[in-house]
Amino acid sequence: MLAVFKREFKAYFANPLGFIILAVLYFFLGLGFFQMFSAGAPYVEFTVVFPAQIGLLFFVVPVMTMRLFSDERRTKTDQVLFTAPVKLINIVMGKFLAAFALYALGFAPTIIFQIIVSALVSVNIFYYLYALLGIMLFGAALIAVGMFISSLTESPIISIIFTLIVNLFIMFAGSFANMITVPSTTNNFFEAIGAFFMNIGVKFLNGMNFVGVLESFGSQALVIKDIVFFISIAVAFIFLTERSLEKRRWS
Amino acid sequence: MIEVTGLSKRYGTYLAVENVNFTINKGEVVGFLGPNGAGKSTIMNILTGYLSLTQGKVTIDGFDIAENPEEAKKRIGYLPELPPLYTDMKVREYLNFVYDLKKVKFPKGPHIDEIMRLVRIDNVQNRLIKNLSKGYRQRVGFAQALIGNPDVLILDEPTVGLDPQQIIEIRNLITRLGKNHTIILSSHILSEIQAVCDRIIIINYGEIIADDLQDNLSEKLSTDHSLVARVICDERDMLAALKAVKGVKDVTLLGKKESGAYDFEIIPEEGVDVRADVSGRIAERKKSLLSLTSNRLTLEQIFLKLTQAPNNQEARKMLGLDANPTSEVVELENLVIGIPDEQSDKEDNE
Repeated sequence: MLAVFKREFKAYFANPLGFIILAVLYFFLGLGFFQMFSAGAPYVEFTVVFPAQIGLLFFVVPVMTMRLFSDERRTKTDQVLFTAPVKLINIVMGKFLAAFALYALGFAPTIIFQIIVSALVSVNIFYYLYALLGIMLFGAALIAVGMFISSLTESPIISIIFTLIVNLFIMFAGSFANMITVPSTTNNFFEAIGAFFMNIGVKFLNGMNFVGVLESFGSQALVIKDIVFFISIAVAFIFLTERSLEKRRWS
Repeated sequence: MIEVTGLSKRYGTYLAVENVNFTINKGEVVGFLGPNGAGKSTIMNILTGYLSLTQGKVTIDGFDIAENPEEAKKRIGYLPELPPLYTDMKVREYLNFVYDLKKVKFPKGPHIDEIMRLVRIDNVQNRLIKNLSKGYRQRVGFAQALIGNPDVLILDEPTVGLDPQQIIEIRNLITRLGKNHTIILSSHILSEIQAVCDRIIIINYGEIIADDLQDNLSEKLSTDHSLVARVICDERDMLAALKAVKGVKDVTLLGKKESGAYDFEIIPEEGVDVRADVSGRIAERKKSLLSLTSNRLTLEQIFLKLTQAPNNQEARKMLGLDANPTSEVVELENLVIGIPDEQSDKEDNE
């Protein structure tokens, strides 16, 4: 696992891709911080700096995950991985952690922001840590989804396009759910059927509402449910990635 | 060391490998020979655990590749058709990665140094793989397979795309490694197999059609096993004299090949070695025998003969084998045919 992690993490910086990803994240995080700082926002809002950049993450994460498995398959380098005496899940975890490490590195400047803010006002470090936890778990879930899609195709381009489509849907899931109003009373059978399916639709969209869950991490109240939500999505998609790779051996 | 029984691999309804059986003992150097698309790479990918098998059993040193993949994989070094190189890494960096990945126990630095010296890539160890020539890349791929010093080496077309000089180098390397490794080598280049392998497995249409030592194989196939004698003599006289030798079925004059010397093709009766009698007769006549060679089929001829057979049954007959070796094959064929049959049944019902 460690070998795959090290190689994969280094690979981000073997070409400009890793640097570009970091530069983009740093720029927008810095911009968000600067805007709030110069607007004299109250301290609490600084923890919301990161969730404010989530729109960006839906586009940055697919760039990080697009070639995780697709490229290996295209260049046949997966043969060295899958014929090594290593469990498949360890390879998947190595890759996942490499992408996650890059993602985490993208939020390193928030530590500097926090130091600046705490030098000026007295702050509760818990708010920062909790928001950071939220953003990390959110990233883990998005990376797992992107990695899974990458394992389905041979082309990084198809992988990134497909991941972007999925991410856009996740991004707007909350808004879609709000657009649907399920009637509380129904007059006849057909309306009841309609209401039933609308209810399922809303539940489904809410289940995909990463944004809503992430925002609640900025609200300074610890909610176990939110933590479990992201972790379970990450675990599910890591597992699915492993299955998808295993299935390919059998096809 | 390697035991394969009843191995089949199906892609959808296409049967890529069908009921393949063979055993390879420790220290053997075996060549897989077959035209492109015969199933050589598929078999190798299954042996190394890259692909799963549909039916059958593969064990490496007693460890089942399906049930105990980690133990089995530890004993194999694999060089695929396209060396699996991360081109954005440096040679040494890449080998370090493979070392870590395979969880090798030998001391890292010396082990990698030794392998790099063996395949002669120590002079490029700090260069990016993407800047290396094809020959060097192939050798880095070789080095990758050798890391951890596995007992079994599986090499899929190791010399494809190399120039003659590099081919000779790689071939020498294989011969050297063959002294203390079990090697399976695939190729459609016959001279290569001939040069390095003791035993040959010919594969066609996903089946094994021949599996024997190189010498036995050509013997089996030479139905008209003949000798060619070059003698300085008077041709008519000698022709009659040779025909009179006991055990000789027929003699034909092939013509004048050197000044004063004629070539005769001598066809002996089946199972009779007439070489001593032939040379004896020539000596009796006080003529000079310049050469006496067995006109055996070359491997190339065997290969063409077998793979150009209309189907594998015919090819097996040429080798004097049972055309339908086991009932399992028949069973499998039924399975494949069985699928569309069921569908047509359903359509009929509807």
